Amino acid sequence: MQRIQKGEAQAVSDTETRLRSLLLKGLDGDEAAYRQFLQATTTHLRAFLRRRLSRWPDEVEDLVQESLLAIHNQRLTYDTSAPLTAWVYAIAKYKLIDWLRRHARRETLNDPLDDENEIFTTADADAHEAQRDLGKVLELLPEQQRAAILHTKVDGWSVRETALAMKISEANVKVAVHRGLKTLAAKLRNES
Amino acid sequence: MKTDDLINMLASGDVKPEPIPVARIATQIALGVLVAIALMATFLGVRDNLLQVLMLPAFWMKFIFVIALASVGLTATRRLSSPGVKTGRVPVMLAVPIVIIWSIAAVSLMTAAPGERAELFWGDTWKVCPFLIAGLSIPIFIAILRAMRELAPTRLRLAGAAAGLTAGAAAATVYCLHCPEMAAPFVGFWYVLGMSIPTVVGALIGPRALRW
Repeated sequence: MQRIQKGEAQAVSDTETRLRSLLLKGLDGDEAAYRQFLQATTTHLRAFLRRRLSRWPDEVEDLVQESLLAIHNQRLTYDTSAPLTAWVYAIAKYKLIDWLRRHARRETLNDPLDDENEIFTTADADAHEAQRDLGKVLELLPEQQRAAILHTKVDGWSVRETALAMKISEANVKVAVHRGLKTLAAKLRNES
Repeated sequence: MKTDDLINMLASGDVKPEPIPVARIATQIALGVLVAIALMATFLGVRDNLLQVLMLPAFWMKFIFVIALASVGLTATRRLSSPGVKTGRVPVMLAVPIVIIWSIAAVSLMTAAPGERAELFWGDTWKVCPFLIAGLSIPIFIAILRAMRELAPTRLRLAGAAAGLTAGAAAATVYCLHCPEMAAPFVGFWYVLGMSIPTVVGALIGPRALRW
């Protein structure tokens, strides 16, 4: 594993500062900041996973999406007093090891995973096609969860409009979206 | 769906997350402890001289020992429930109460008359003590594992072990209200053995029970 040079250490710390502030804004409800956070994080996840899954290049994008969904679903577990680098790295590493285990490809774990700065030193914006179609997986969700996600996150309806259309309370719309994305994550995991 | 579309989906609409349901999680775990207390009171019984026993330093030594382990376990459980949070001084915090009780045990064994030493170690209940503690830990263990599943543990063996230790130590605290033993050598071995059972079980089932 390559050592982090001085310049890289600075780059990691800049990335850390920038992404952390975007995520904090996102956690506060700022959609644009949150989108930027996810976009930038994706490039780091992709570079990290592509290097680790060099023997299975076709699987990289699926795992990028799985990690991204994990980051979104678990974003509240980020302890705002701790470095974001460590949190993102731990999730990416967890999803990677989980995938390798599911595929009984333990031999690849020989390459030690112990440098959390690794995640922010590289970026890769070159998205390959994902193997599986998330849209299709979305169709497998229970009707209420699927509808809540599509209305609020694809059709651009407000929670209030969605609640009126679905004839459920606004709180239940939020619960349905949250549960739906968790179900989606579980389905992705079981499918691959 | 392309990754960009997924990002757009995730970042659209109401992105502010609902807060972690701390109160509900705490209630769940408290319910687990209550079930353990009910099981202890129904099947084992609170010791009838509890009020007298409360006056004895030996009781409090035992009680503080298990409470200390439970709180270390809870700290470890909380840290291991979030990705990337370091466990830090948890191993040291775990070692401190154990080293203290073993020191007290060593002193009490050394100062006891040779004929009394076996009694200090074996007591009257060594055959059941570890299993009763492990049994009482089950409802608490389940409650903690369920709570952890709502969070995001990434080191699943350690997380499972921490959950098991917390449940075991909390169960040992409940068991104190029944248990007639108070000698440090007994507590330092049989209680520790009892708490180790759920800890080891947690390490074994963690990777399956906690994955997400």
